[in-house]
Amino acid sequence: MGSGEGTVCDLGFRTVLTPEQRSRFQNPDVIRRIIAHPGVAAVVGLSADPQKASHFVAAYLQKRGWKIVPVTPKKGLILGEESVSSLADIAIPVDVVDVFRPASDMPALARQAVAIRAKTFWMQLKLANVEAAKIAEAEGLFVVADKCMKMEYGRYNGGLHSAGMDTGVISARRTRLTE
Amino acid sequence: MTDLEYSFGFETRMIHAGQIPDAETGSRAVPIYQTTSYVFESPDQAARLFELKEYGHMYSRISNPTVAVLEERLASLEGATGAVAVSSGMAAQFLVFVTLLNPGDHIVASAHLYGGTIAQLSHTLKKLSVDVTYVDPSDLHAWEKAANERTRLFYGETIGNPRGSILDIGAVAKLAHARGLPLVVDNTFATPWLCRPMDFGADIVVYSATKFLSGHGNSIVGAVLDSGKFDYSSFDTIAAPEPAYHDLRFFDTFGHYGFLMKLRAVSLRDVGACLSPFNAFLSLQGIETLSLRMERHVANALALAQYLETHPKVAWVAYAGLPSHPQHVLARKILPRGAGAVFSFGIRAADARAAGARFIAALNLFSHLANVGDVRSLVIHPASTTHQQLDDAQLAASGIGPELIRLSVGLENKEDLIWDLEKALSAI
Repeated sequence: MGSGEGTVCDLGFRTVLTPEQRSRFQNPDVIRRIIAHPGVAAVVGLSADPQKASHFVAAYLQKRGWKIVPVTPKKGLILGEESVSSLADIAIPVDVVDVFRPASDMPALARQAVAIRAKTFWMQLKLANVEAAKIAEAEGLFVVADKCMKMEYGRYNGGLHSAGMDTGVISARRTRLTE
Repeated sequence: MTDLEYSFGFETRMIHAGQIPDAETGSRAVPIYQTTSYVFESPDQAARLFELKEYGHMYSRISNPTVAVLEERLASLEGATGAVAVSSGMAAQFLVFVTLLNPGDHIVASAHLYGGTIAQLSHTLKKLSVDVTYVDPSDLHAWEKAANERTRLFYGETIGNPRGSILDIGAVAKLAHARGLPLVVDNTFATPWLCRPMDFGADIVVYSATKFLSGHGNSIVGAVLDSGKFDYSSFDTIAAPEPAYHDLRFFDTFGHYGFLMKLRAVSLRDVGACLSPFNAFLSLQGIETLSLRMERHVANALALAQYLETHPKVAWVAYAGLPSHPQHVLARKILPRGAGAVFSFGIRAADARAAGARFIAALNLFSHLANVGDVRSLVIHPASTTHQQLDDAQLAASGIGPELIRLSVGLENKEDLIWDLEKALSAI
């Protein structure tokens, strides 16, 4: 009962972004467009530890039909996928670069995301670097900052609602079966 | 204009938040999911649900689709990040304590609390090796003085029992935050329509939604809400690896949802104080008219308080909505729409204890019972009921004199209520 396509209220928690930056880098219309079409997600900083947030998110995305490419210096398989040490080493087109790295690493990662022609540069919850956001935005990438991809999925598919959280989605329209 | 720039008003959210008509049936009313459990899609999905790697319902002791509507609606009205609805207000506050505290921890609490809360803090938590120091809530130095290195939270009620004292939420929150502690506020008497404690700095809000939120005296319901703004990284109960959940670090993994996820997935799971879906439905039904009811509750309460204040057989009236109340100015700041609809007054009689009983017996319209926050007006005389085992000295020590009558003012015609009070006062 929590899913739907209605209007989303402003929900900001401890974000470092200004309201203007939030309407650019946390835009619900953009976020919904990104998660509507599962593709290839390069998860930078993906941990092999199943209890780490990055692992939670990547495992969730994988079950939602995303192909995960772990980007980490550690060699080996994570979630059944071979890791690469940098974005430049990915041989297939990347839809989303999802980053779990300190904000200071973001500008360099944004440039790499531009270089590999990724469609979206996504900085995870509690992570935001405005310089990186502008680098990616200037080259036409969608940019999301200080948001969790799993939580945003949950906001629109009813998952967060089922956990008792405020999704901010208000709508009297009937949910569509295709969702 | 992007969606982000638009925020729906309180009255809209009281009706719509948390429920979007479902795809299968389009049911407009909130369906009652009277089920204990939910068929898994696959063994793999079941495993992911149990590991919290996927959101979804498994067992109604932990979550339920009808209860979830209530939870999101309460969170939306409160401006909270989320909510966990539980079986009662007492369960709500107990789950907060059990989630945040370890044996040996200490609470600083307002002395002006519901008697049931005092009993839970003083006796049940003591058995778990948690101790509490009570302070005069209006004495800010007392809060500071009572805190020690074991103190883990401050606790108070927006509108305190039994004298209607008002908690200076902003000032107490500042003191708590200066020590890295959360302020937990019971907002039962105010509801989010009269006061949103988080707007003043409270971190966790608890409700007995049995009262004004549900509003019709038909269901026992509780809720815990979290602002999502408190940094729990120094709380090992939220931040450290949880052995009862394969060493999951709730604050690290779920961020601003961490406290509530822990409260639900561990505390509610283990304590079992879950809310029935039917009671959640009744509570939702009540919340749909919350603002309308609270406006009338407050208007009636003020009219009755004003009437009683001038009555020769009334010694005093303790209602923060009256200019005569010592905290009237604070009440106007914290509760600008009104100081609630529960207040007490003292009857003027030589034999107050017996006169109180005569007053109760002479009432026709007020229901004599132990509850507050009903559409019906309610009355109780503690000296001849809940506190009848105490002598006058013990009563005085608990702040409840033999002359004290507590009213919970309902939605009836206010002239009728005054007629009833007039008749009963003339009988003492």
